[in-house]
Amino acid sequence: MRKLGAQELSVKASKLRMMAIDMIDKAGGGHIGGSFSAMDILTALYFNVLDIDPRDPNKRDRDRFILSAGHKAAAYVPVLAERGYFAVELLDTFNQLDSPFAMHPDMNKIPGCDMSTGSLGHGLPVAAGMALALRMDNLSSRVFVLMGDGEIHEGTVWEAAMGAAHFGLENLIAIVDYNKCTMDGPIDSVMPLEPIEEKWRSFGWGVRRIDGNDMQQILEAFSRLPELDGRPTVVIADTVKGKGVPSIEGDYHWHYGRLSDMQRREAEATLRRGM
Amino acid sequence: MAGTSLSMKDIENSSIRDVFGRALVSIGERVPEVVLLGADAIGSTRGALFAKQFPERTFNFGIAEQEMVAAAAGFATCGKIPIATAYAFLLSMRACEQVRTDICYPNLNVKLMATHAGISMATGGTTHHATEDIAIMRSFANLTIIVPADALETVKAVEVAVEHSGPVYLRMGRGEIPNVHSRDYEFVIGRSTCMRAGGDVSVIACGTMVAEAIAAADSLEKEGIDARVVNMHTIKPLDQEAVIAAALETGAIVTAEEHNIVGGLGEAVAGVVSEHAPAPVIRVGVRDCYCGIGPEDGLRRKLGLTSESIVSAAKRAMSLKSSRNR
Ligand SMILES: Cc1ncc(C[n+]2csc(CCOP(=O)(O)OP(=O)(O)O)c2C)c(N)n1
Repeated sequence: MRKLGAQELSVKASKLRMMAIDMIDKAGGGHIGGSFSAMDILTALYFNVLDIDPRDPNKRDRDRFILSAGHKAAAYVPVLAERGYFAVELLDTFNQLDSPFAMHPDMNKIPGCDMSTGSLGHGLPVAAGMALALRMDNLSSRVFVLMGDGEIHEGTVWEAAMGAAHFGLENLIAIVDYNKCTMDGPIDSVMPLEPIEEKWRSFGWGVRRIDGNDMQQILEAFSRLPELDGRPTVVIADTVKGKGVPSIEGDYHWHYGRLSDMQRREAEATLRRGM
Repeated sequence: MAGTSLSMKDIENSSIRDVFGRALVSIGERVPEVVLLGADAIGSTRGALFAKQFPERTFNFGIAEQEMVAAAAGFATCGKIPIATAYAFLLSMRACEQVRTDICYPNLNVKLMATHAGISMATGGTTHHATEDIAIMRSFANLTIIVPADALETVKAVEVAVEHSGPVYLRMGRGEIPNVHSRDYEFVIGRSTCMRAGGDVSVIACGTMVAEAIAAADSLEKEGIDARVVNMHTIKPLDQEAVIAAALETGAIVTAEEHNIVGGLGEAVAGVVSEHAPAPVIRVGVRDCYCGIGPEDGLRRKLGLTSESIVSAAKRAMSLKSSRNR
């Protein structure tokens, strides 16, 4: 596949948000907030950055991707469909009995999915294991892992942060979807992360800070990896929860939900303008 | 209702977690030592009502369940009565060692109150199901395990758990379940409730499966089979007397639980029966698999967590009894 450029990626992300809105609507609800903050990053990864082949999803020397914040499946699953891993029509089964997908992804059911997730704080240590194994086999494949900002409250994240730096995993790239919200509220009132860059830096990581809803900045960050030689990279992506749906942007109450008809029409009008 | 400011209207026709939320406020009003701990799910476990009323007694640890559970142990050593809330998969599995080592081993007065147990987070899939928690928790000495069968029992269990001295794991679902108890119902830890007398077969159930057991007994009755139904709301300490009586008096037992048949209520009952009054025990529950994805009703049917499964298990248990007696 030809890599899409920033402009095309933005159009693609708008289309994917529309697909996700539709899917969530049919499913009766979904984790729209955190899925939409991450949609631009996921689109960039799958349509530009990752070295993958949907016709050969288990290719040994592919880049790996772990959706550690598994509840963002409402963005991830449409991205995989659009990228050609399975038929787009299958999205209509989201959440239904015996569907391959629901709120959280299952690697044994979804072609192209490298790890089953849903419980937060598991992805980074799993990714570190992958990165170690790939390096052992002299493969140049990289491992990308996407985490929520609230997710990095979990201690396992910091155990892996320490380990990945110690092991010098320059083939490991963590992305923090810093949408400033968790489930219970704004992250600064639930449990603040600041100073977030210093935390990662002090753990031995190369740190990159970007606007995670700006395609140009996303591509630029991923175009020069690792950020520091011999070290794992973390991309701290400032994003907006619910990005693309004006009526829910930045509102933690929209961690999970289903848009009303009016919100939907408004969102579609906004997204169409971006296409 | 004695000891609580909740009315029956507050209790009936509400989801388990909504009722739980109101019960927390009520116990908070009565017992000043109670503190509420959460891990970024205070909203969805319905601790939010308590948090609003008692902000200075509420602690949100962010998404850090192990820290929360270990901190609960710390609170308990200083005379507080911490209620640690989270989804069942997190309390029992993410924070598993903290539960055993920091709470059960030193026998601290911590109340672990788990919501979204069993398959009640249906479309959440396996990561968010908890069909192993009873098995895990049952193996921890000192721990009392309670699985309420309806909203009223949930309210009573919250109160009794707080009054009880020592660690408690309270296992709740998420949605609405039918009421099976009348308002004068008395809840005592370790004393099961006979929901229905019967002499041909006993159905010993907990949680959401109690209503299914009652429905099964209704259909069995139409076929002339007289089934006893026992609500085994306390998994530990198990009401051994009631189990032995069921084995001796009916000679055939079915257990029913929204949990893996490995390590759950069924095995607890079978253990007692085989040691004291051998009789066939057939376990209805999740048959040692991950439950898959789907809406709750569909999943229940697929997994056989239904009154129909209990009916056929009852017949099987009765035929084993009679072939043995021959
Ligand atoms: C270990 C664990 N704890 C709790 C949950 C429940 N949960 C699901 S999403 C969520 C909030 C996640 O916040 P964040 O990581 O910031 O994601 P986002 O805001 O981007 O959706 C919580 C607490 C979970 N899935 N796993």
